[in-house]
Amino acid sequence: MTRSLTLRAAVLSLTLLAAILLAWQVAVSGTAKTEAMDPEYAALMGATATTGKSAMPGPLDVGATLWQHLKDPFYDRGPNDKGLGIQLAYSIGRVALGYGLAVLVAIPVGFLIGMSPLMSRALDPYIQILKPVSPLAWMPLALYTIKDSGLSAIFVIFICSLWPMLINTVFGVSGTRKEWLNVARTLEVGPLRRAFTVILPAAAPTILTGMRISIGIAWLVIVAAEMLVGGTGIGYFVWNEWNNLSITNVITSILLIGLVGMVLDQLLARAQRLVTFPE
Amino acid sequence: MSKLLPFRRRMQAAAADQGARTGRMANSEKFISIEGIARRYPAPGGKTTTIFENLWLPMRRGEFVCMIGHSGCGKTTVLNILAGLEAPSEGAVIVDGQALQGTSLDRAVIFQGHALLPWRSVLGNVAYAVSSRWRKASKAEIAARARRAIATVGLAGSEHKKPSELSGGMKQRVGIARALSIEPKILLMDEPFSALDALTRGTLQDEVRRICVETGQTVFMITHDVDEAIYLADRIVLMTNGPEAKVAEIVENPLPKDRDRTQLHHAPGYYALRNHLIDFLVSRSRTLRDTMPAGYDPRHPPVVRSSLSEADAAAIAAEPPSRRA
Repeated sequence: MTRSLTLRAAVLSLTLLAAILLAWQVAVSGTAKTEAMDPEYAALMGATATTGKSAMPGPLDVGATLWQHLKDPFYDRGPNDKGLGIQLAYSIGRVALGYGLAVLVAIPVGFLIGMSPLMSRALDPYIQILKPVSPLAWMPLALYTIKDSGLSAIFVIFICSLWPMLINTVFGVSGTRKEWLNVARTLEVGPLRRAFTVILPAAAPTILTGMRISIGIAWLVIVAAEMLVGGTGIGYFVWNEWNNLSITNVITSILLIGLVGMVLDQLLARAQRLVTFPE
Repeated sequence: MSKLLPFRRRMQAAAADQGARTGRMANSEKFISIEGIARRYPAPGGKTTTIFENLWLPMRRGEFVCMIGHSGCGKTTVLNILAGLEAPSEGAVIVDGQALQGTSLDRAVIFQGHALLPWRSVLGNVAYAVSSRWRKASKAEIAARARRAIATVGLAGSEHKKPSELSGGMKQRVGIARALSIEPKILLMDEPFSALDALTRGTLQDEVRRICVETGQTVFMITHDVDEAIYLADRIVLMTNGPEAKVAEIVENPLPKDRDRTQLHHAPGYYALRNHLIDFLVSRSRTLRDTMPAGYDPRHPPVVRSSLSEADAAAIAAEPPSRRA
């Protein structure tokens, strides 16, 4: 039954894909009404105005561009012409750095807050106020203080990844079952060993949930951040191609951004399964 | 019924005879001595609720003591204080001549919910306790000790299963193995079998009794189950209802130390004892809280004791051997 369900789902998925591609192709291949105009003016106007051809690329155009990019992802012909592989690598690198820093800060701090009701109460207002701030609002402050656009982008990733991880770590740590802590107490387990052998495994699934939320947010934010700071990265590429009016490249990037985001999420989902324990 | 009546009368006589036979335990006999402990919680309106106060209870080495009482009488609090998980608001507990402070590896707790760490295997759970007890022991030694404890509770072969793969009874066995693995001086059990079905409960009671008799454990156990208390305990502590619960009396179990669970209800004096305990739970636990009999001394709660009379002994001898086991 599961097998046939998988099969049926696959068939439905592929049918939907075919339908979307067909609709897309039909939508962009139609010709709109054209108006009679002066030939010299028409020469300036381009195909959309003169022949009614849609400026929107069809699926075949996007497919061809995607194939071009995948064939040679790492070419580098100057600052404004780099392969998509290089652009994605820049973005992933920034996310990895900012996110990694956030892990290093959020988990130990979350442990401290979660284990101490005093710290929890004292720091709660700060977290509550800073959490809802859009990470891009930090950008000017980061640019002014750090004075480096690349580092500022990493800082923005750091700050947006921090909160979900911090809050989930606090939640996981403070929610460690009292009976497990009592077991550690009756066995005279020291605080450090208790943190690593009881609290960390007990809180790990919740912490990983926070890490998974964070990586999703970081990947969302990096595109916007790179549009602002420019230079390199997939976000910059999208904005650059918009300025080039290359809708084909924009759509190609959207597909690749989605793909990378999915891979990142799946990696953390797998890590989450490793630490989850059935009760 | 005729067999039960003398026991009844003797019990009443014993209670009336308190002045002469106080049942007081000599100081040298006391292994654990609960001395005037109280537990109070702040209540709304700036008042305090007293769960119990001025509670005194001595225990001998190697003795199996059961505490019976209704919910809210502070049984679990007494056990937590003995374990060192909670501090009394007043009073002290002396164990082996030393005032008790905090938890100790000498006092193992078997929790009501098994409290196993679900991310560790059976072996991992027991080894965690063993490695806490013997911090410098080698891995092989820790594993060997853990395996021995697991075999004691009859779980050999399940070492690598996770708690989620075990039945309720097996989980509780792991809890018992974990407690025994650290070779404690005192075993504290908080309704360890209350969540199990009757059959599993019976076999686990047998195991616990066998292990405790073999190792000479001193045990303090909380239970709601009168039959469990009769089967396992040397002495049964009866608590009146809370708040302001008191130790109403301490019943000494007259049944022979060599007991068989399946034949217990044939033992002379069994029903008299059982009726006495149930009467207490049904009515006296409530009436006694309001009015304690004159001359009640919380430092020396009345000890109800009875030894088997010659008639009872004859009745045991007359039982067919199959029933005695």
